[in-house]
Amino acid sequence: MRVLYCHCAYAKVVPEDVKKDVLARLSGSGIAFDAVADLCELSARKDPALARLADGGETRIAACFPRAVQWLFHAAGTPLPDDGVEVWNMREQSADDVAAGLLRGVEV
Amino acid sequence: MSVKLDGKRLRIVLYEGDGAEPLEPQRRFETLLGLLEDGHSVTRAAPGGTVASADRADHLVIGQFTDKPADIAANGAGVLRFVDISDCAADDIRGTVASEISAAGGENPGGWKPWFPVIDYERCTNCLQCLTFCLFDVYGVEGVSQDPEGKGQITVQKEANCKIDCPACSRVCPEAAIMFPKYKKGPINGDVVRAEDLESESMKVDISALLGGDIYSALRTRQKDARQRFSTERDESKALLERKRCLKKLQKQFDIPDEVLMTLPSAGKIEERARRAREKAERRKERSQTMRDRGPVTEEDWGI
Ligand code: SF4
Ligand code: SF4
Repeated sequence: MRVLYCHCAYAKVVPEDVKKDVLARLSGSGIAFDAVADLCELSARKDPALARLADGGETRIAACFPRAVQWLFHAAGTPLPDDGVEVWNMREQSADDVAAGLLRGVEV
Repeated sequence: MSVKLDGKRLRIVLYEGDGAEPLEPQRRFETLLGLLEDGHSVTRAAPGGTVASADRADHLVIGQFTDKPADIAANGAGVLRFVDISDCAADDIRGTVASEISAAGGENPGGWKPWFPVIDYERCTNCLQCLTFCLFDVYGVEGVSQDPEGKGQITVQKEANCKIDCPACSRVCPEAAIMFPKYKKGPINGDVVRAEDLESESMKVDISALLGGDIYSALRTRQKDARQRFSTERDESKALLERKRCLKKLQKQFDIPDEVLMTLPSAGKIEERARRAREKAERRKERSQTMRDRGPVTEEDWGI
């Protein structure tokens, strides 16, 4: 299982406190994870990092609306797999819910 | 300002595996946060975890090394640069990373708000209205030669041409298929599209209304009125004020920046663009047909 965290660095649409809280819990948990500054930017750049991030089987993503995340990957030519991907929405969900979802079943 | 989207980026790995001391939790958080705020993507590699694979990208590996982490080096990565951050405060790490990237010929991120349309192809009907509407060549078509209709598939081709904070094309999409993930409201921000969104006037602007009237006729009528007033009252400032007031109202209604609104062409020009786009697609179709008729390329074609 892999975890990907998006920091949405170039806009203020994801609440600061939610982003920071989720990141703090991930980094305090001891798990390995990938954190990207801004998935949108990577998608616009067709960054090869997206291919690496999309090829990993079961993946939990903390970002924004799942529909946006799905098509951002697609736009970069690196669609997410149909199965095994969960997207947690930091624009709408609480840090508690997102962190619990990402770290579900992980010993912290 | 033209934005380049193809600079070389290094993959940054905060390494806490064998041969390195883990960071204190607070320092780890501050380091990650600082690097993310600077626009870097960072992988935290820790024992037993799974992260995106080490491909041939160049890596900048930071950590509190006690030994060189051989397992990363053996993992198929491109050029590896190791930076020991044992004695660095989180802020200093940001500076060190930036200068290491420059020294490696890489590009430090930043300088562009990633604002561009993202198409939901489960909704898109390929009507090409967005292509016709956008004045900045953000959209294009691809796969014309594979399309029996010769129309090709709508695609976003020049993301950096998009006008920051302008969601205008999402308003003309009849299917609510165009998202701007950094927009404030749904469904343009990627939220679920509901039936009422498709009907909602604030969401959808029919392009035929645009071509035939609505914004343009509103503008023209108001401009005409303003001109008439100008000619009768000889009051230039009043006419200008009227134009500004009209533009402000439209801008507010559709969230369209002044810059874009001021450059909207006439209805005739939009029709002309639509005609040119159709002709271009036709020409592509003819060209690909000619290529198909010629059969496969042989060695002779290459002059061998
Ligand atoms: S994917 Fe969503 S959370 Fe991530 S940068 Fe884009 S808008 Fe922000
Ligand atoms: S206007 Fe909407 S439905 Fe039509 S091609 Fe563009 S994205 Fe697709």
